[in-house]
Amino acid sequence: MTTLDSSKEIKKNESEGSEHHQDFRMFGLITFLIADGMTFAGFFAAYLTYKAVNPLPDGAIYELELPIPTLNTILLLVSSATFHKAGKALLKDKNSETQKWLLVTALLGITFLICQLFEYFNLPFGLTDNLFASTFYALTGFHGLHVTLGTLMILIISWQTRPKEGRITNQNMFPLEAVELYWHFVDGIWVILFLILYLL
Amino acid sequence: MLNKNFYLILIVSAVFGISFWIGFNVNLLPVEASINAPIYDELFKILFIIGLIIFIGMTIAVIYSLFKFRKRKDQYGDGIALEGNLGLEIIWTIIPSVIVLIIGLYSYNIYDRMGGMKELNHSHEMMNSNTEKIWAGISQASNNEVASNNLSVEVSAMQFAFLFSYPKGEFISGELHVPVDHKVSMKMESKDVIHAFWVPEFRIKQDIIPGQPTILNFTPTKVGKYPIICAELCGPYHGGMRASIIVEEESDYKDWFNKNTKTEVSL
Amino acid sequence: MTISIDSDDSNTKSLQPKGWIRYFSFSLDHKVIGIQYLVCGFLFYLIGGSLASAIRIELASPMSDFMPRDVYNQVLTLHGTIMIFLWIVPVVNGAFGNYLIPFYVGARDMAFPRLNAVAFWLIPPSGLMLVASYFVEGAAQAGWTAYPPLSITTPQSGQIIWIMSVLLLGGSSIFGGINFIATIIKLRRPGLKLMQLPMYCWAMLGTSLLVVLSTPVLAGTLILLSFDIVAHTGFFNPVLGGNVVVYQHLFWFYSHPAVYIMVLPAFGLVSEILPVHSRKPLFGYTTMVFSIMGIVVLGLVVWAHHMFTSGTPPWMRLFFTIATAFIAVPTGIKFFNWVATLWGGKISINSAMLFSCGFIINFVFGGITGVALAQVPFDIHVHDTYFVVAHFHYIVYGGTVFIIFSSIYHWFPKVTGKLMSEKLGILHFAITFIGFNLCFAPQHWLGLNGMPRRVAEYDPQFQFVNQISSVGALLMAISTIPFLVNIFLSIRNGKDSGDNPWNALTPEWLTSSPPPVENWEGEAPLVEEPYGYGKPISQEN
Repeated sequence: MTTLDSSKEIKKNESEGSEHHQDFRMFGLITFLIADGMTFAGFFAAYLTYKAVNPLPDGAIYELELPIPTLNTILLLVSSATFHKAGKALLKDKNSETQKWLLVTALLGITFLICQLFEYFNLPFGLTDNLFASTFYALTGFHGLHVTLGTLMILIISWQTRPKEGRITNQNMFPLEAVELYWHFVDGIWVILFLILYLL
Repeated sequence: MLNKNFYLILIVSAVFGISFWIGFNVNLLPVEASINAPIYDELFKILFIIGLIIFIGMTIAVIYSLFKFRKRKDQYGDGIALEGNLGLEIIWTIIPSVIVLIIGLYSYNIYDRMGGMKELNHSHEMMNSNTEKIWAGISQASNNEVASNNLSVEVSAMQFAFLFSYPKGEFISGELHVPVDHKVSMKMESKDVIHAFWVPEFRIKQDIIPGQPTILNFTPTKVGKYPIICAELCGPYHGGMRASIIVEEESDYKDWFNKNTKTEVSL
Repeated sequence: MTISIDSDDSNTKSLQPKGWIRYFSFSLDHKVIGIQYLVCGFLFYLIGGSLASAIRIELASPMSDFMPRDVYNQVLTLHGTIMIFLWIVPVVNGAFGNYLIPFYVGARDMAFPRLNAVAFWLIPPSGLMLVASYFVEGAAQAGWTAYPPLSITTPQSGQIIWIMSVLLLGGSSIFGGINFIATIIKLRRPGLKLMQLPMYCWAMLGTSLLVVLSTPVLAGTLILLSFDIVAHTGFFNPVLGGNVVVYQHLFWFYSHPAVYIMVLPAFGLVSEILPVHSRKPLFGYTTMVFSIMGIVVLGLVVWAHHMFTSGTPPWMRLFFTIATAFIAVPTGIKFFNWVATLWGGKISINSAMLFSCGFIINFVFGGITGVALAQVPFDIHVHDTYFVVAHFHYIVYGGTVFIIFSSIYHWFPKVTGKLMSEKLGILHFAITFIGFNLCFAPQHWLGLNGMPRRVAEYDPQFQFVNQISSVGALLMAISTIPFLVNIFLSIRNGKDSGDNPWNALTPEWLTSSPPPVENWEGEAPLVEEPYGYGKPISQEN
C-alpha cells in the first residue's frame, strides 16, 4: 500500500484538482471491492452453514489434496509482491522494469489458473455430485473468475506502461494502482478461501 | 397555563381511555380453540392497546399541528427558530426503549408459556427411538401436559394436499381428527416444496419444509371443525390447499379411530 | 472513467444533446439522469399498478375466476418485483438522489457520471425483459421472494429471466450506491462539514452503505439459485441434499435491508420537505443523523424475523425479536422529531405538506404493526397472511410512495420552473389517502381471521371485506388520473414559479429553476444552515 501513499505525495506537487480526483476514484474502487467482498462473504456463510448442518450422504467423497492449493497460495502471494515491485519501479520512472514485473505477475496468475484447472480435472467429484462439491466449485470458480479478470487487466496495463508511448506513466499511475489494489484483494480472498475450504 | 395543562391531561386521558375501551371490547380474532389461543390473545390485546395509544396520539398531534399552526392569509415570515430540545429528545428515546424492552420481555414470557423455548427433540415420542434431526418447530404449553396421553401424528404435505398418518392405527387420513383436551404432537415433512400448517383458531403455524422435518405440538380445547390452511406459496393451487381438523369428544374420536383402523386391517 | 468536475470534461457535457431528446440519450448530467430514473420508474409503477388492479379484481370474488391460477401467481410475482426493483428503489434512490445530492454537497455532478449513466441504462432493458418474460413461457411464478424449491420446479425460462433481470437491477443499484457514497464523502465543496449536510444526504449515505453491503449477497444467492435451475446443482434443492432455509437466510440478508433501502431515503426527503413548508428548522438534527445510522446498523442484523415459522431455532427467534423491536426506537425518534418540526410552525397546507403528513400517519400505523410482527408469538399466527400484506403496504406505499408524490409536488418547480395546480394536487391526495386506507386497513382483519397471502381463492366469509379492499384499490387507480393531468397541464401552462417559490434555504433552490447545466453560474454557495428558518439568514430572503 506504500505505493499509493507515496504516489499521493507526488500528486501533491500537481494541481489541487487532480489530487482530489485521484483520491475519490480510489475511494470508489475500495467501496466496490467491499461490495465484491460481500458476495464472497455470502458464499462463505453458505458454505460454513452447509458444513455445520447438512451432513453429506454416506459414501460422498469430499477429500481435498493439499499440495496444489498450497502451491497456488504461494504463487498468489509472490505475485502480490511482484506487482508491488512493478509499482515501485514506476515511481522511479523505470517503465520497462515496471513492464517486466507486470509480465511476471501475469505469468504467475496464469500459472495459478493452470494449476487450478489441473486440480479440477484431477478431483474425484464433479459439480453436481454433492453439496460440498457444488459449493467447492462455486467458490473456487468465482474466485478463479476474479483471477482471470485480474490477469487480463494486468496484461492490458503492462501494454499501456510500455516506455515512451504508454498511457500509464509516473504522472498517471491510477490504472496501475487500481489493478494493484484489486489484485491484492483477490489474493486476500484466496487466503481466506484456502483457510476455510482446504484447512478447516 | 393551568388551563393548557388541563386540556392536555384531558386529551391524554381520553386517548388512553378510548384505546383501552377499544382494546378490551373490539375482538379482531377468531374463536379461541387451543390452549395457545388465550395466551396469544393476551399478547394481542396488550400490543393492540399500546399501538392504539401511539397511533391515536400521533394522529391527533399531526392533525392538531396542521390546524393550529397553519399559515393564515395575513401571515408572513417564519415560525420559531427551534432547532431541537435535548431533554425532550432524550425523553422520547428512553420511553420507547423502555416500552420496546418491556414488550420484548413480555412476549418472551408469552412465547415461553406457549412452549416455544423447550427442547424440541424430546417433545415428540417417536424421537426417542429415532436419532433423526428435528430442525425446528413449536413445542407445547407446559401447564396441561399429560405425556402418556400424547397423540402422535405424522403429517406429510404435497402439492396440494395434507396427509395425516396415525402410527398407532397404521392408517392415513385426509382429515385430521383429534380428541379435545389431549396433547397432539405432529412431525411434519414435505414431499415437494415448502408448505405451512396453519390453524387460525389455534394461533399456530409452522412451515413444512422438504428435507427438514419440523414439529408442531398443540392441545385443542373446543370441539368443532376448523380449517387447516397452507400459508406458504406452493404453486398454482396454493389457495385451494386446505384440510380440516376435527376436534371431537374422546369417545367420538375413539369410534372414528377404531372404524378406520378396522377398515385398514380388513384390506 | 472521466470525471466531469474537470474543465476538460465540461466540453463533453456541452456536446450532449439539448431539449427533450437528451432524456433519451446517454446523458452524463445528473439532473437528466435523475429525471430519467423518475419517469422510467413511474412507467413501471403504472405497469405494476395495473397488475395490482388485476389482483384486486380476482379477489373481489372468492372463486378463482378472473384469470388462470398460474397466471395469477405470475401477476403477483411481477407486481412485487416491479414495484420494489423498478419503481421504489430506483425512484427514491436513483431519481431524487441523482437530482439532489450534487446540489446538496455543492458539486457540479456526481463523482462518476459515466458509471451513473450506465447504472440508469441497465434499468429499462432489464425491466422490459422482466415484463416480456410473460410472453415466453410465462413469467416467474414463485413470488418476488423466489423461495426454492418452488422456484426450481416452476417453468424455468421465466425464473431464469427473473434472476437475470434482478441481477442487472442489483448491479445498477450497487453502482448507484458507490456513486452516492463517493459523492457525499469525497465531493463536498470545500468548507462544507458533514454535520451541515441536508438530512437527505445522511439518509442516502446510510442507504448506500446498506446497498453496498447487502445487495452483493443477493446477487451471489441468485447465482447459486440459477445454478440449481440450469446446472442441477443442489444448493437449495432438498432432493439433492440441499438446504432450502439457507436460501431464505441469504435472501433476507439483502431483502430486509432492502426495506430500509426503500424507506430511509423517504425519511430523508420528508426531512427536507417539512421544514420548508412549516417554516421551522428541522427538529433535532443530530439525533436524526444518529437514528439513521442506528437504523443502518440494526437493519443488517434483523433479517431472520421473516423466518419465524421456517426452520429457525428458538434462540435465533429470540435474538431477532429483540433486535427488530429495537429498530422502533430510532424510527420513533424520527417521527417525534418531525411532529416537533411541525409544532409551532407557520404551515402552508399544500399538496407536498399533505402527502408528507399522510406519510407520517400511515407510517406510524405500519410501524406499530411492524413492532407487533417482530414478536415471535404474534408473528407465528399472522406470518404469510394478509396482515403482513397490509403491514408492508403501509410501509412502502403509505410510507415511501406518499413521499415520492410529496417530493414530486415539492421539486416540480425546481425541475420545470412551473408551479403545479394545488387544487388537483389536493384532490390527488384526498383520493389516494382514502383509497389507500380503504384498501389496506381491512386486510389486517383478513389476515388475523384466516386469509393467507398469495391466494387466488378464499373462504366466502371474507368476500365483503375483500370487496371493500378492492374498492379502495379502484380509488388508488383513479387517483393517478388527477396526478397525470396535473403534471401535463403544469408542464404546458403552469404558472411561472420563479427560482425559489417556497423560499427554501437548501442549496438546490439557490440557483435558477430549472438549473443551468453546471448547476451554478458561478461558485457553488456554502450553505452552513440548510434549515435556518426563523433566523436572520432566512429573513434575508
